[in-house]
Amino acid sequence: MTSSVVSADSILAIDVGSINTRASLLDVVGTRYRFVASGTAPTTIAPPFSDIREGITRAINQLQDTTGRLIIGSDGNILIPSHPDGTGIDAVAATLSAGPEIKVVAIGLLEDVSMESARNLAATTYAKVLEGISLNDRRKQDKRIDAILRARPDLVIVAGGIDGGATRSVGQLLEVVGLACFLLPRDQRPQVLFAGNSSIHEDIKETISPITDLHLAPNIRPDIHVEQLAPAQVSMSKIFKNVRAQQVFGVSDLDQWANGRLLPTSTAFGRVVRFLSHIYDPNKGVLGVDIGASATTIAVALKGKLGLQVFPHLGLGKNLENLSRYISTTHIAYWVSEDIPNSSVKDYLLNKSAHPASIPATVEELAIEQAIARQTMRAAVSQLIPALPFNLSSSGGDLLPWVEPILASGSVLSNAPTHGQSMLMLLDGLQPTGITTIVLDQNNLLASLGSAAEINPLMAVQVLESHAFQNLGTVIAPVGTARKGAPILRIRITAGDNSESQLEVKFGSIEVIPLPTGQSAQIQLRPLHRFDVGMGGPGKGGRVRVVGGSLGIIIDARGRPLQLPSDPELRRESFKRWLWTLGN
Amino acid sequence: MLAPVIQISPLTKIRRHRELPVPGKVLVRQGQKVEALDTIAETILAPEHLMLDIASSLNVSTEIADDLIQLTAGETIQKDDLIAGPVGITQRVVRAPSSGRIVVAGDGLVLLQINNTPFEVRAGMPGTVTDLIPDRGAVIEATGALIQAVWGNGQAEFGMMQVRIDSPDDKITADDLDVSLRGAIVLGGFCADPNIFQKAADIPLRGLIFTSMDSSLVRLAKKAQFPVLILEGFGFHSLSAIGYNLLTSNNGREISLNAEARDHYSGTRPEIVIPLDASQAPEDTSLAIEDFARGQNVRIVRAPHQGKSGTIETIYKKPVKFPSGVRALGAEVLLSDNERITIPLVNLEKIA
Repeated sequence: MTSSVVSADSILAIDVGSINTRASLLDVVGTRYRFVASGTAPTTIAPPFSDIREGITRAINQLQDTTGRLIIGSDGNILIPSHPDGTGIDAVAATLSAGPEIKVVAIGLLEDVSMESARNLAATTYAKVLEGISLNDRRKQDKRIDAILRARPDLVIVAGGIDGGATRSVGQLLEVVGLACFLLPRDQRPQVLFAGNSSIHEDIKETISPITDLHLAPNIRPDIHVEQLAPAQVSMSKIFKNVRAQQVFGVSDLDQWANGRLLPTSTAFGRVVRFLSHIYDPNKGVLGVDIGASATTIAVALKGKLGLQVFPHLGLGKNLENLSRYISTTHIAYWVSEDIPNSSVKDYLLNKSAHPASIPATVEELAIEQAIARQTMRAAVSQLIPALPFNLSSSGGDLLPWVEPILASGSVLSNAPTHGQSMLMLLDGLQPTGITTIVLDQNNLLASLGSAAEINPLMAVQVLESHAFQNLGTVIAPVGTARKGAPILRIRITAGDNSESQLEVKFGSIEVIPLPTGQSAQIQLRPLHRFDVGMGGPGKGGRVRVVGGSLGIIIDARGRPLQLPSDPELRRESFKRWLWTLGN
Repeated sequence: MLAPVIQISPLTKIRRHRELPVPGKVLVRQGQKVEALDTIAETILAPEHLMLDIASSLNVSTEIADDLIQLTAGETIQKDDLIAGPVGITQRVVRAPSSGRIVVAGDGLVLLQINNTPFEVRAGMPGTVTDLIPDRGAVIEATGALIQAVWGNGQAEFGMMQVRIDSPDDKITADDLDVSLRGAIVLGGFCADPNIFQKAADIPLRGLIFTSMDSSLVRLAKKAQFPVLILEGFGFHSLSAIGYNLLTSNNGREISLNAEARDHYSGTRPEIVIPLDASQAPEDTSLAIEDFARGQNVRIVRAPHQGKSGTIETIYKKPVKFPSGVRALGAEVLLSDNERITIPLVNLEKIA
């Protein structure tokens, strides 16, 4: 993947998260675009400011202090475009995840078909579906109206009717929506997104447009067997922006600075992953995971097709208070590498939820935080993979499909004290299979690049190629099971200087072969006992060129699905051994 | 770095916005004196409707039904009032099944909004209405001591506080409650006894304040019909020295216990107000904007010193490595027991 500079525009990328606001400068250094520096400040969505612009200004001020470059003028506005004296910037790219979840009512003809698609569409952004209504709903019309009013939604998504199909039934459902909207004060009415039978767009405009804001999107269920969310996601981004602009001061200004290109952080994140799927191995998908305070986001893309899900209830911030509704604390405790009672996990969830910006200062609290990250990744992946809108090759079962690379973002990963800890969280949480590389977004830039790609795609490519991202290493994870200690893989490594080494890997272990960042090696894999390394089937091996990273080549021979020792003490010893192997 | 604020003050002016989540009716006027449990504003939060099919009930066409409907949208009606008819030999009519308001009438249908219990916003503390917020509520101002907390179960009450702790690291169980506490709000230490809520309901108490609480009790605390407020957090944590001194010195006083759930976006958090008559009181500093600085009194919000308070002596300019291995900006804090510790800045709240 190589590219060269075609224009020399600088971009200020602003990301407003629920905890921190980041301002990152992307500009030409030498002959290529680079990430220059970033400034961070607490997000100021809550009192005393209740306006995100203060946090943005503080983050930019820090960036100015670091770079010496003047970005904010004396009038307090961002200097756009840049001046020959080096002040200002040429464009702003903006992403936003801060703010309460978008409250959604999902409506569809059939509960398991179009209503499910409406729910899936809602899951592509920071939304929570509070109510669902379908034709099968046994409630009378007045009770359906009450259900919508009770939910006080920001958005009603209506799907249903294949193109050219049902119109009357869809009309009945829309009647309920229209009446419910009519009963609310005008400034409280939800936005309505219709993503069903496109042949009735004109009728819907007539009935809904006079009452509330109507958005029409291509049918998300054009055929009973086909779900097509991508075109409607454009409308979702616009609605997200509209709702946030009403809820949060400063969002309209941010969108204006970004020339109307403000995106939900998750959408921008998904865009980068989709973008990379055009570049990497067309037979494998690209996977991105972002564990944020407001949500955990998982994106998988293959040849330009994207599967994206946002899980606000799996965010590591204020929503932790309710995490135990979705994930048992026993499951979290399973991953804790220290001797900590289950009750401490529950205490941690509530204490962290009360102070989402706080960080673990003790070994025990860090172990709990990292255990939560593992289990949220497990939960998110297990929900997304079966719902992917395309088929990805895998070794079968519920295992993660073959993907290359894995992009990992989020403070819990990037701020982990060692790369070994980041790697082990990802190996445990995602349980990659076969051969893949793991790239850590150490500067929390991925979403910003997704937003910047709309302004300058070349910049996004070149920054992704740069040292702004930390390649942790190449992971080889054979799929299969064997008795602990049994040899399952033989590896011959030929380094760049033609020196050769060999390694026999035993089941249950993690092995590391040093291979620094920037170097590559040829490796020959010979799986034993029909273990599958993704080279054509169980027991099949071959030669492959791999790249190095901060940890080198990591062979995760613990099997898939990963089975940890059931004895807590043995499990904790195993964690410590694996972390030691990974250089902790 | 911006310092989040927690208010723990022996005397301050307290200004609080009391607002409905959706538009409604404001029931107070500017300058009015209010008590803690007075209703400030009310609204129908979850309206209920009845769809009456007039055409079908009267067995007539939609057009004829529309002519027979005797009421128009917006009119209020009582139960059994005539809505449509009479028609036919038997003089068929449709009467209101319930009191309410007609919201839609036409196409042979009537949509009736039934009167149901309004949602109320209360003053939360005795004070004066200084400003009205049209259709939403009012701003109440009071003078007194203020102690903000970490968690609340969503309830509010007003009553006499009875202190049942002898030291900042005391504990409380159901056995510590007896009938002599009837009608009181009890301040206890750390609680891990699930029986305490039933005992409190049986006596009955008006509220419970815990220094800290075992997280397994959250479900029971949420179910309680009286306010439950947690001052420091979950798991065992001592009460901060400043909080201990303030609360124990007000034993026997009437307090407003507002155990509203913490909202990170609106900035509201559970709190205790101890009304005090004072002509001179420092201004409310809850909205003060300040960065962390040397000399500030701070409270630690996470382990290993959660709940302790002290004074910032040094703010480090470069990230510090903490025992977890995490690197972050930090400060050296002199605790009230003269111990010096280094804490991540993000794990501190400035005490105002």
